[in-house]
Amino acid sequence: MANWDIKDLEYWDAAIREHVDDVGLDCYEQEFEVCDHGQMLGYMAYHGMPAHYPHWSFGKSYEKTKTLYDHGATGLPYEMVINSDPCLGYLMTDNSLCLQILTIAHVYGHNDFFKNNFTFTSSTRASETLSKFKTAADRVRNYMEDPSIGIDKVEGILDAAHALSMNCSRNAGIRKLSPEEQRKRLIEGSRSGNDPFEDLTPKEEQAELDLRKVPLEPDEDILLFVRDHNPHLMAWQQDLLTIVHDDAMYFLPQIETKIMNEGWASYWHHKIMNSLDLPQDIYMEFLVRHNQVICPHPGGINPYHVGFRVWHDIEQRFDEQQANGADDVDRSSMSGRDKMFEVRESDRDVSFLRRFLTEDLMRDLDIFEFEPKGENLVVTKVSDEDNWRDVKETFLKSVGMRSQPVIKVYDADYGRNRALYLKHEADDRDLHIGYAEKSLGHLYKLWGHRVLLETVMKGKKTLLSYGEHGFDAKLMR
Amino acid sequence: MAIFRPFSSSDALRSDRSAGDRQRHRDKLREAIRDNIADIISEESIIGRQKDRVIKVPIRGIKEYRFVFGDNQAQAGTGEGETEPGQVIGKAGKEGEGSGKAGDQPGVDYYETDVTLEELIEIMFEDLELPDMERKILREVMSERIAKRKGYRKAGVRVHLDRRRTAKARIRRMVATGGHVGSPSTDGVPMTTSELAPQPDPSDEAAVDDERFPFRRDDLTYKRLVEDTREESNAVVICVMDTSGSMDSMKKYLARSFFFLLYQFVSSKYQNVELVFIGHHTQAREVSEEEFFHKGESGGTLISSGYNKTLEIIYDRFHPSLWNVYAFHCSDGDNFDSDNANAIKAAKELCEVCNLFGYGEIKPLGSHYYESSMLDMFRRIEADNFQSVLIERKEDIWPSFKAFLSRDKVTSGA
Repeated sequence: MANWDIKDLEYWDAAIREHVDDVGLDCYEQEFEVCDHGQMLGYMAYHGMPAHYPHWSFGKSYEKTKTLYDHGATGLPYEMVINSDPCLGYLMTDNSLCLQILTIAHVYGHNDFFKNNFTFTSSTRASETLSKFKTAADRVRNYMEDPSIGIDKVEGILDAAHALSMNCSRNAGIRKLSPEEQRKRLIEGSRSGNDPFEDLTPKEEQAELDLRKVPLEPDEDILLFVRDHNPHLMAWQQDLLTIVHDDAMYFLPQIETKIMNEGWASYWHHKIMNSLDLPQDIYMEFLVRHNQVICPHPGGINPYHVGFRVWHDIEQRFDEQQANGADDVDRSSMSGRDKMFEVRESDRDVSFLRRFLTEDLMRDLDIFEFEPKGENLVVTKVSDEDNWRDVKETFLKSVGMRSQPVIKVYDADYGRNRALYLKHEADDRDLHIGYAEKSLGHLYKLWGHRVLLETVMKGKKTLLSYGEHGFDAKLMR
Repeated sequence: MAIFRPFSSSDALRSDRSAGDRQRHRDKLREAIRDNIADIISEESIIGRQKDRVIKVPIRGIKEYRFVFGDNQAQAGTGEGETEPGQVIGKAGKEGEGSGKAGDQPGVDYYETDVTLEELIEIMFEDLELPDMERKILREVMSERIAKRKGYRKAGVRVHLDRRRTAKARIRRMVATGGHVGSPSTDGVPMTTSELAPQPDPSDEAAVDDERFPFRRDDLTYKRLVEDTREESNAVVICVMDTSGSMDSMKKYLARSFFFLLYQFVSSKYQNVELVFIGHHTQAREVSEEEFFHKGESGGTLISSGYNKTLEIIYDRFHPSLWNVYAFHCSDGDNFDSDNANAIKAAKELCEVCNLFGYGEIKPLGSHYYESSMLDMFRRIEADNFQSVLIERKEDIWPSFKAFLSRDKVTSGA
């Protein structure tokens, strides 16, 4: 059983807090809630939210985690923290004092990251997080209890919306233009620029601008697009789409910064724990736990591991550069620590890794690329001189929202019969056709007319569609 | 300074917030199982009879679909150093150990659920739309006189004496009287020593009498036993199968699946279920289960022989006034023409003694076009409780079974 009480936690928290302030971490107010493993499982199912709208998928997620936990296949996370102001963290009552101290230190790292990283600051308002989720949950419950709607209809819309919620604008830093601004930009773009040789070059055939086209520019927020352009949706249906979209937007920054964020928190818990005056036994346990947290997962990517290493590498390299007075004047002026604080504010996983996952580091981490071949997963490339760039690209493709296909709405009145035309901006990764079929089915249900999706399958342009007569796929010319 | 909210176990008890969503998910799972029940029960692994066995049911249910990439993509991972191209790091189609992005991958929702066979059967039969079954009064038999304890009384035979209560009664009386030995004659009827303790030695009597606080008749408490008659329902499932040379293992497998369902169903309705296996070719005999399903025989087919044997066994051991009889016959319908009349006659007789009698013709896909069939013959039987079905493949088993049960006749008690 636990070897601590709240007094211990308060004591160590005060000690940790001192270091947090010393090193310049900039945190929201922090709150901790002590819960047992049953409650923890409950929080996990709802992404840590104290209030969340009900849906069977959370029940499924609960059962799954619980099964794994009961069979000892996985432990529960030590730490669960949500991006809100005040920042809310959970501590499990069965954990040892060492784990509690470690978790508290780790949570302050996340807290600072939430408050300062641009993906969070530009898309979420931390002070409203909890109340927003609560009112959304209340609204959904009201719809479920409304005799004219009922749980089945609500679930139908939620099921469909969940299928599409990840197809949303993925860079929180880029503001979406209003239709008026889009129109203005289109008109300006069509004007010939100030080309001094205009009279000399043959005039290009100007495509006529269709300003009535919907959408003017391809739109990535499928749920919002359907909400705003399907006139047959009832108010409650529109509201549900908004709720699911907002939900996805809230979690987007966490998806986009998983490696940075976990690495950052691990870096700081490591630093803080080492500077605390910990009793010997607690310190030994900490070393063991810390190594468990940041150990590599062979064949996979452990974000704690990769993030921790990259942050350390940044600190080390920039300190060295500063000490050596490297030729690049601009860079050398910055200490490793300063650089880290700058990066934690301005980057997300993709840019973070692109900029700071160096060839040396890739080799150190032994990052490789593998593909399924027959029955086996076979290593195809390792981070050697010739291939490290390819391996890095492959890695970057799986990071954050890049693991999600980019699908945009191109036309809401395709063939003049209100069919919805979408394009998958294909890279060399094909869509999973079975999943695409079902997802299109969900979209068809929300849109109410035929939906078409242009994609590339095995190198060939393919048109998937879903309409009255179900699913169809054919090659395009 | 952070705020700590201490753990409160009463909150934890109240806060099973996911209960509703779990229930909703389980309902969906159940639905998925029900939708695929035909597939699931035709899996060979399930055809067995241990009810408490946990079986894994593959559920391709409740997936949450999104647009995702297919699973044949190159991925990146970290190694333990020294990884070389060409090295095999795992099995395809399985989630890589500790892969941090499991949620993005299709296929992770394919999972198996553990259900006990009993649960599965419950789900199976929950779905049966058999209004007749609901109303049907099972033939019940008074059986087993059991002596059941029901309270206490002051008189009885010695073996039913409740010693504990008797001793208590004595102590209670002793306390009430202040622990003194009263004169036996002043309160209540004196006890005769013969009834309890052995006759004391007359020489000690005077000395002992002072300390003794003897039992009285009032103290004695007996257990009251009443005879209890329990209504017991008996059923027998008679499995008749053509074991002639033309019944190959596929046909036997289909038959076995059907018999299995029948047994499970009947045993969910009755307390006491017997199984009888009869194999027949030109002659019929009762066999063990093992023999029934696995031992092939050869020769021609005389269906009437099987039916006559069935009738014989029913009259002999399972008289219809005491037993609910379910008989089912599986054959490939390749009967000697000369036997048809006899077979029909015996079948009609079976209809009279059985709750349900059925004939399943097993013709793996297509073969019924060129082989002879008994189905036409049996269609002439007009009994309400007779059903003939055609089973061509394993998917037919469940619908056939439902059709069969829908004929269960309403019997009005024995």
